[in-house]
Amino acid sequence: MAAIKQTVEQVKALESYEHGFISDIESEFAPKGLSADIVRFISAKKDEPQWMLDWRLEAYERWLSLDKPHWAEVQFPPIDYQDSYYYAAPKTKDGPASLDEVDPDLLAVYAKLGIPLKEQEVLAGVIGAPRYAVDAVFDSVSVVTTFKKELAEVGVIFCSMSEAIREHPDLVRKYLGTVVPTSDNYYACLNAAVFSDGSFVYVPAGVRCPMELSTYFRINAENSGQFERTLIIADKAAYVSYLEGCTAPMRDENQLHAAVVELVLLDDAEIKYSTVQNWYPGDPVTGKGGIYNFVTKRADCRGDRSKVSWTQVETGSAITWKYPSCVLRGEGSSGEFYSIAVTNGRQQADTGTKMIHLGANTKSRIVSKGISAGHSSNTYRGLVSAHPKAIGSRNFTQCDSLLIGKDCAANTIPYVEARNGQSIFEHEATTTRLSEDQLFYARQRGLSQEEAVALLVNGFVREVLQELPMEFAVEAQKLVAISLEGSVG
Amino acid sequence: MLSIQELSASVGEKPILNGLSLTVPAGEVHAIMGPNGAGKSTLSYVLTGREGYEVTGGTATLDGVNLLSLAPEDRAAKGLFLSFQYPLEIPGVPALTFVRAALNAQRKARSEDELAAPAFLKLAREKAAALKIDFDMLKRPLNVGFSGGEKKRMEILQMAMLEPRFSILDETDSGLDIDALKIVADGVNALRGPDRSMLVITHYQRLLDYIKPDRVSVLANGRIVATGGPELALELEKSGYDRYAA
Repeated sequence: MAAIKQTVEQVKALESYEHGFISDIESEFAPKGLSADIVRFISAKKDEPQWMLDWRLEAYERWLSLDKPHWAEVQFPPIDYQDSYYYAAPKTKDGPASLDEVDPDLLAVYAKLGIPLKEQEVLAGVIGAPRYAVDAVFDSVSVVTTFKKELAEVGVIFCSMSEAIREHPDLVRKYLGTVVPTSDNYYACLNAAVFSDGSFVYVPAGVRCPMELSTYFRINAENSGQFERTLIIADKAAYVSYLEGCTAPMRDENQLHAAVVELVLLDDAEIKYSTVQNWYPGDPVTGKGGIYNFVTKRADCRGDRSKVSWTQVETGSAITWKYPSCVLRGEGSSGEFYSIAVTNGRQQADTGTKMIHLGANTKSRIVSKGISAGHSSNTYRGLVSAHPKAIGSRNFTQCDSLLIGKDCAANTIPYVEARNGQSIFEHEATTTRLSEDQLFYARQRGLSQEEAVALLVNGFVREVLQELPMEFAVEAQKLVAISLEGSVG
Repeated sequence: MLSIQELSASVGEKPILNGLSLTVPAGEVHAIMGPNGAGKSTLSYVLTGREGYEVTGGTATLDGVNLLSLAPEDRAAKGLFLSFQYPLEIPGVPALTFVRAALNAQRKARSEDELAAPAFLKLAREKAAALKIDFDMLKRPLNVGFSGGEKKRMEILQMAMLEPRFSILDETDSGLDIDALKIVADGVNALRGPDRSMLVITHYQRLLDYIKPDRVSVLANGRIVATGGPELALELEKSGYDRYAA
């Protein structure tokens, strides 16, 4: 109840997109456009070793020969890849060694966004409250990573990708691109060529990461894309829970966000990966501006009995094209995908998952809740496949769509392939409209229109919200209500 | 308490209520009977402010306050409650969550303090026990998968929790077997008092054996055509509505 009340108050307090402010941070840009020289420029900026540059250049050559995916239920004019900056970084000296050296203007931006970067402030919080280590990525670079020391004491490596390439080249070379190969798809290949930063996590065998890890992505610079690359490795019997959040200013032009996330799980490892995506969705009436969120996320359950869980709350972006997937290679490994995708205004989302059962007795579960309002379009696209060796594999899929208003669309496109006779796949799907009757019923009991919508929508997404870490569930609940503001009546 | 004067209303282009007048003083239980299509449910929706029911003339006041200009939730906060003929299912929202949100929204609208969780749960347990509702049922999404009788009992439970000054019971007896009917009637009777009034809409005399009305009115062709004591209901049971039709 408190959350519902809070939600309603928060919605009322906001005009529309809360994080739409532009910060005046002095930045350094690469020259506009994309070429092999730009790839070299980015690599040089980051002091990368030759092998990394070679990898990027190879990806760039590959990208030139690839074609864009055309199958998604999204429409947008062709992107001019020469009309964008591929590197934008806030100007600093040599990169801050500690928090005290971070540009106070940058810290102010994160404070405004409500992201805790000051460890002492986090520590000063309520005793017993969970703590979060944060990697803050601003445009193309990671500006700070908190709690590194404390994590290092238990052997957990948590740093920016740039730092990992310099400090932990063996781990990076061993795993980078092994889950999402450079040639995987058009956007992933572009990312491999020009990725600028991202987070790197390694949890050693048998270690349970003592705190939640999170990365906070912020696009600030104009005309720039963001191409971050995240690599998380959970060694044998390791456990880590990771959360990413994203926001961007309101700008009239579209900005491309083409990220790649690779998760590697060895025997008995477990990763929980949660995303709260709140990129600027564009103007709700004209559809002008907003982020193109074209992201490739994949988990490779290499180890037996390993377990991965994706939870995503997608409320932002002009266009979302994203299918966090699980390759269930290890025997008895399992994958879960919980998704809330909200579209309003002129937003388009084509999102879902792939559960690829390769090993015997692998299990997967998909719960997708799509909410469409305004003139938006919301598609669930999912693949569940079982290969000949995946004897005894099981999947349960549930896809529910909720329509608010008369001008929106919802699609459910499931692909199912079973190449052995001993797999059990279940699929349930529903599409419902938020009914005037339900709203009236709730209002007759004393709830305002906004409270009634918040209550009904929260009921619809409850199953997925329960999968998020507590604090983020409350945030996500608010975010969903804010995204739907003005969608009824 | 409730005063309706010359109320006319239409749905789409179709006039349903045609100059209906009715007064229900404080403490009175007033039964409305009438044939199908007389406008009984329309009356309940017009009073509670459902969209699509357009008032074309007349007034309706509760304790002197003009109901017709208020939003549905504001009418609820003034103490107006409707027990729905067909209660809605609310997926994903536990009954307890729903009722507590409603109760606190009303209290807030009346500038009262919210009821804290322990006090709310205690109240819910008491009221559920009185209506023979298993408390665990209140943890399930409201009305989802409930039987017709269970839904009606949930309506009366909400009524008991919200303690409205004026309740409209729309065909509360439909879908109830005799045992459930007794339980529901007991719940309703427990809420009778000098400060509360009720409008009991029904087709049949049967419900009125258990909820004894102070007065009975006949609604036909969108207006009240006869009013009398409880004996009027018995008379209708014998002779039917024919003489009020056309």
